[in-house]
Amino acid sequence: MTARGCTTVIASASLALSMTACVLLLRHLDQIRPKATIEDVLYIDSPKMVKRASLGFDGLMACIYWTRTVQYFGHRHYSRERTYNELAPLLEITTALDPHLLPAYEFGASFLAPPPPNGAGQPDRAIQLMQYGIAHNPDNWHLYYDLGFVYYTELRDYTKASETFDRGSRVPNAHPFMKIMAAQTAEHAGDYMTARMLWSATFDSSRQTEIRQNAMEHLRAIQVDEDVSHLQSAVTRFGERTGRLPSSISELCAAEHLPSIPVDPDGDPYTMTPQGRILVKNPDDFPFISKGLPPGYKPSGPPKFHSKG
Amino acid sequence: MSARIVHIARNTFREAVRDRVLYNLIAFALLLSGAAIFVSQISIEIERLVVVNLGLTAVSLFGVVIAIFIGIGLVSKEIDKRTLYTVLSRPVRRWEFIIGKFFGLAGTLVVNTFFMAIGVFGALLYVAHKFSKPDALILVALYFIILEFLIICSLALLFSSFSSPLLSAMFAFSLFVIGSFADDLRGFARLTHGFTRWFATGAAYLVPNFSTLNVISPVAHQQPLGAQLILQNSLYALFYTAMALSGAVLIFERRNLK
Repeated sequence: MTARGCTTVIASASLALSMTACVLLLRHLDQIRPKATIEDVLYIDSPKMVKRASLGFDGLMACIYWTRTVQYFGHRHYSRERTYNELAPLLEITTALDPHLLPAYEFGASFLAPPPPNGAGQPDRAIQLMQYGIAHNPDNWHLYYDLGFVYYTELRDYTKASETFDRGSRVPNAHPFMKIMAAQTAEHAGDYMTARMLWSATFDSSRQTEIRQNAMEHLRAIQVDEDVSHLQSAVTRFGERTGRLPSSISELCAAEHLPSIPVDPDGDPYTMTPQGRILVKNPDDFPFISKGLPPGYKPSGPPKFHSKG
Repeated sequence: MSARIVHIARNTFREAVRDRVLYNLIAFALLLSGAAIFVSQISIEIERLVVVNLGLTAVSLFGVVIAIFIGIGLVSKEIDKRTLYTVLSRPVRRWEFIIGKFFGLAGTLVVNTFFMAIGVFGALLYVAHKFSKPDALILVALYFIILEFLIICSLALLFSSFSSPLLSAMFAFSLFVIGSFADDLRGFARLTHGFTRWFATGAAYLVPNFSTLNVISPVAHQQPLGAQLILQNSLYALFYTAMALSGAVLIFERRNLK
């Protein structure tokens, strides 16, 4: 081999070796460093400062911050963390950089508002975010809808929800169902039918797969909650009538003249404990249900979305 | 335009191409195709926004870097290589040399931007599957970016006409950063009084206002741009470029080249 060839071989081997060593060392370093230093650091937390530092390229910076927000939320949601300390500041920076970035409001509110582990449990910050979005995009009825939705589902403030839907209904080109929802939330606040109508409207009005999928999961959960409520009332009625609990769900169904044992949206029959408690067969398949859960139930893993948006 | 200016411009363009300036297109293509393919997997609902924002930002930044680093060497390199004396010993006026260099560099950037624009529209087609009418606004944003390049080229030439390449690069880059904050500078001037106000207002009008030429965000959101904005931005860039080039010519005409 010539001297030149020899140098080429040695340099190539050294290059490959050094590169491999760097990758392996970095992987090792990531494991021994505290997790917070990698994920929770917001180097600049002032929206104004980030906007200045972007040198006018704030649109691109907003996209970068929005991607960072999605990654932050997604990672913590997947590992079922209960704290989302950087979520609201990330969304505030994103929307300050680009006040017209609509996905940041639409998804941001659904990241912030629901209680942990499904969200950050910060409905007040979600409302601030949506109000900022409406101030900068006053002609977008979707934002009024999302704000009213947070008032309705998370804060149970039906008056404000109805007012917000009504304001949104007056925006040019607003969907006609905004008027219906304003009236419905004012008259029938808190019932399953209204909740079902709201989630159905979300499903129908959104083109975004993730939002439609989330709405479908909530519709499934409403179905389960309603079924379990009815069956639980039936158990109470049975007890009042006979002075004892039904021995099985079949006995309960026979007493209620039901043709068969009711099934959940996946087609699995509901079950009953000896204490008369109605349960769903696979609670992990319904991440948003509030009824039909075994006592002390904790999800076994990240939420599973089955339905197609 | 005189034939001598055309010759100088053509040679400047050739030299830039020979210096492998257009290699930046490879980096640009990789950046944009990477973004177009991967962004949908790591973010939500911003594929089109990322392509437009990233594409136009990259066109702008790549061009600014090229304009500064080539522009600052246009005069000093000719002096160092002593080729300037050969050129000026012929019937070529000093102002023709400056103007020719300017058009050569501007031409290089226009060609570069043309290829990058093809890349931006290609990536957009990949993520959106079709073009819509508001996508034509991207052409306006690209036009404004070219206007920005003209101003930076003229500034780089201005600094190059009296200063070393290192200092010229620092001056030109500083003006680019300050020019991006021009609106803030004007706001700051409004808050002050007396001499400071006069000074700040003067500085705010003297530095190039790049923020008025930056329409990337509105274009990404498909917001319409008025004809008045296009017309007045064109005139502003034209006059600012003429101002900087006049300064460069004035300095270079009096420069002692011995």
